[in-house]
Amino acid sequence: MKENRYELNKQLAQMLKGGVIMDVTTPEQAKIAQEAGACAVMALERIPADIRAAGGVSRMSDPGMIRGIQEAVSIPVMAKCRIGHFVEAQILEAIEIDYIDESEVLSPADDVYHIDKTQFKVPFVCGARDLGEALRRIAEGASMIRTKGEPGTGDVVQAVRHMRAMNSEIRRVQSLRKDELFETAKQLQVPLDLLTYVHENGKLPVVNFAAGGVATPADAALMMQLGAEGVFVGSGIFKSGDPVKRASAIVQAVTNYKDAKLIAELSTGLGEAMVGINEQEIKILMAERGK
Amino acid sequence: MTVAVLALQGAFAEHEEMLKKLGVEHFQIRQKRDLERPFDALILPGGESTVIGKLLRDEGMFEEIRTRIQDGLPVFGTCAGMILLAEKVEGGVPCLGTMQIQVKRNAYGRQLGSFYTEEVFGEMKEPVPMTFIRAPYVEKVWGNAQALAEVNGHIVAVRQGNQLVTAFHPELNQDVRIHEYFLKLVASVGNIPSNTLSKAG
Repeated sequence: MKENRYELNKQLAQMLKGGVIMDVTTPEQAKIAQEAGACAVMALERIPADIRAAGGVSRMSDPGMIRGIQEAVSIPVMAKCRIGHFVEAQILEAIEIDYIDESEVLSPADDVYHIDKTQFKVPFVCGARDLGEALRRIAEGASMIRTKGEPGTGDVVQAVRHMRAMNSEIRRVQSLRKDELFETAKQLQVPLDLLTYVHENGKLPVVNFAAGGVATPADAALMMQLGAEGVFVGSGIFKSGDPVKRASAIVQAVTNYKDAKLIAELSTGLGEAMVGINEQEIKILMAERGK
Repeated sequence: MTVAVLALQGAFAEHEEMLKKLGVEHFQIRQKRDLERPFDALILPGGESTVIGKLLRDEGMFEEIRTRIQDGLPVFGTCAGMILLAEKVEGGVPCLGTMQIQVKRNAYGRQLGSFYTEEVFGEMKEPVPMTFIRAPYVEKVWGNAQALAEVNGHIVAVRQGNQLVTAFHPELNQDVRIHEYFLKLVASVGNIPSNTLSKAG
């Protein structure tokens, strides 16, 4: 067997399973996240809640700031580039980022094409609302998928919707006859080989995390019970009253996501959660970006 | 024979797949009460060693697991699991510290340094597949610890009595030989007749 970069990149995502990936904006926050049990950090200048509040065009972070975070921690460091902005991705690869998130949280740079991720050695994670989006991103070279959810809102409803949509479609594809896959591939606008994988294995060919709006240990455990293999927490931690305690509680809730007694304990006295915004109250639906 | 797999974070399901393939009984350990179930051996999987180490303490399992390993419980640590067992850790704090080895974390750099190779392991005639993901390697062994494999001049597998560690991930490939090696170790250490090891033989 020859070395296969894409396999190695999927395998890094396998090592992250059962873990929590936390958004951080400074080396200090990155250290706090690592000590609280984050399995990776997402380095970005502004967390989604602030991006939403600030408005305007949101871009890749300053590489100097990302380097500062890389030097501060030993766990993997991820960073976001705009959808379709392959030069931002090239820059992130040049500074040896561990994972690139081609993310709808930033303003899209291309409203038609995503990045051809097969041209990169570093791995990519992409957001998806349903099976079609997920398999299209995987066909483009993504080695990890997350729900889009609705970042920066503290409202988990969209992440739940996306995870349910994805898993119910997977179950449906599993139940099809083999000769029905051709038509389904056409309907979902996805490659037949990836759809066949889902049909045979009952899961995506890459690791699938939950993201967007997770704010409490209960939210995290909800996403795990719905079938997520791990959780991204963005604004939920450093926008809350007691980030260390909340971060550590979410980490434990993800490991023991079925133990209600423990989660009750973990949810006790966490201080203030981030202020949530309902999906009806928001102006920009980030999940609509990049389909 | 029953093998417990520490399932706090990381690639524990992949180890369970291997055990299933070999027809070995297994279950997950996620919290302290899971330790009450009887088991003959323990696997510490790959993942993030900082996370697994922290959760071992948060879940109140640290002392018991360390004591059981010191008392002879057969244990197999891969990647992060190797870091957890090392007595000395460069670029990190030792966790269980039951093995006379010094490891270097992220020894091959970031994800771009992850690689696949095939190399000889112990007495095995054919080289085994080795997948290194942001992997550590062993800088030094002493006492009863014995190196079993080297890649590019660095030690990547060690055995010390009841303890086996690899810097690479045998659970990520189809080859079951490293897991079989561990099961034989379990049988020899625990005086379990090898014909009860697995249905696969």
